[in-house]
Amino acid sequence: MTALAARAAASRQALLAVAAPVLGLAAWHMATSGPGYHLIPPPWDVAVQWWDLAFGGVWDDLYSATLGTHAMASLGRVYGGFALAALVALPLGMLIGRIPVVRDLLDPSLQILRPIPVTAWLPLAMIVFGIGPRSAFFLVFLGAFYPILLNTVFGVRSVEGRLFEAAAMLGVGRQAVFWKVVLPASLPSIFTGLRLGLGFAWVVIVVGEMTGVQTGLGAIIMEARQLSRTEIVISGMVTIGVLGFLSDRAVQLLGQRLLRWSPQHG
Amino acid sequence: MDEVLARPKAAAGTMLPILDIRQVDKRFAFGAETITALSDATLRIEKGEFVCLIGPSGCGKSTLLRMVAGFEAVSSGALLMWGKPVSGPGPDRGMVFQDYGLFPWLTVSQNIAFGPVARGRPKAEAAATARRFVEMVGLQRFADAYPHQLSGGMKQRVAIARVLANDAEVVLMDEPFGALDAMTRERLQEELLEIWAKARLSIIFVTHAIEEAILLADRVVVMSPGPGRIIADERISLPRPRDPTGVEFNALRRHLSRLLGSHH
Ligand SMILES: Nc1ncnc2c1ncn2[C@@H]1O[C@H](COP(=O)(O)OP(=O)(O)OP(=O)(O)O)[C@@H](O)[C@H]1O
Ligand SMILES: [Mg+2]
Repeated sequence: MTALAARAAASRQALLAVAAPVLGLAAWHMATSGPGYHLIPPPWDVAVQWWDLAFGGVWDDLYSATLGTHAMASLGRVYGGFALAALVALPLGMLIGRIPVVRDLLDPSLQILRPIPVTAWLPLAMIVFGIGPRSAFFLVFLGAFYPILLNTVFGVRSVEGRLFEAAAMLGVGRQAVFWKVVLPASLPSIFTGLRLGLGFAWVVIVVGEMTGVQTGLGAIIMEARQLSRTEIVISGMVTIGVLGFLSDRAVQLLGQRLLRWSPQHG
Repeated sequence: MDEVLARPKAAAGTMLPILDIRQVDKRFAFGAETITALSDATLRIEKGEFVCLIGPSGCGKSTLLRMVAGFEAVSSGALLMWGKPVSGPGPDRGMVFQDYGLFPWLTVSQNIAFGPVARGRPKAEAAATARRFVEMVGLQRFADAYPHQLSGGMKQRVAIARVLANDAEVVLMDEPFGALDAMTRERLQEELLEIWAKARLSIIFVTHAIEEAILLADRVVVMSPGPGRIIADERISLPRPRDPTGVEFNALRRHLSRLLGSHH
């Protein structure tokens, strides 16, 4: 492709990417800004509310300039729960994938626990961890755990047999084969698992924070709903969307750097 | 040379062959059936010999190579290297796979340096070795490319360089030049002969091309299928470099095609 054609293609892509949101906003505006009463506030009101939530200076009420605090609380739980999940699921997945005894011991139980939706754990989590941030943290952990575990097991188990033969005939010993072959070969799957796990962490955090947590994006969404401050509800939703998107992009960029060798990721 | 003096001896005066394959059978379970892939194979290969294996598809060439490499156990018989039974793969026997078997996460250079690094060679030495063999197979421009960016023939050259860079004593090559264009093939055939002579390699080289076998080998071993067995073992004593248009060359070619043809 010539540089000119490449630039034309890129701007076309950018145009298409913003077309849908612009249309959506327009439709939202049409539907909500006419005369009469509307359940949903128009986009402009939400934008003003979001600004006040983030920086203050418009309403100067209880919520003004608190977005940073709430976002940081949620970010901490998302990344904390996610990191803990990775810390447990990665080694466990490698053991299950590589060692038959461990697989026979743990795989059936994990398979039975897996279909239980994360949200179904919420009541039990509230009993065990109490009402508060620890339950939310636990849910995030659980939400991120399975995608990481399953993809790690899959990656470790599906290393091509030929690569083990190649390593053996080049002089790699029994122990070294894990670091020299298994780990790099399963990195693309592991990465997919981490990315999915982080995505789930963002999904679950809101549910976790909706029950008796004081700070967090889920908490203000829930609180604002009870106060009928729908602009705040939507502002919180938008913030979650943006943060989730940015964190996924960051992971994706990291993947592209680390997995340059893989035709799927590079 | 020390290496020659250090070589084990069977009895006074008689040298041990580097590979001694004695009445080897290989059977595979195939569902409820048993397939005999190789039957009663006997082959002695001396240090520094270049042996080509030819035979129709399915006659057990790859199977024999994989047993020598240590990837498959023999079903019966004995397979000895320097008098000791082969019990698994090791860096003394390098294999060039029909389907390359390159590490996709390593660049061309890193793939070639893999063996030396795995065996604990210093980094600088491994890098220098890699550079030398990248050059030998003519991939300087692609030294930092990943396998998925290479053509089939280029991957094959990396697979060859990877084994040669690892100082294996026995080199097992499963149709290594099948995917190459004629010019590259000729160049690599020459390079291979040069390295073989210099490093006193023992090579078992599988090919479908009779001409290639005559061009390269000290001995051409002919196999036939159903079950796979060795039907002939011809010594090629033409001086190298060999001329494929020569009279003797053509006589050999006719002789070997007749051997192959009569056993279909
Ligand atoms: N792992 C296996 N399980 C069952 N049968 C096998 C296995 N490996 C090889 N065979 C059988 O052994 C026979 C010999 O196969 P082999 O791959 O050695 O043939 P080949 O001479 O290398 O053929 P080609 O020239 O097509 O590569 C075939 O009938 C094949 O089906
Ligand atoms: Mg074969």
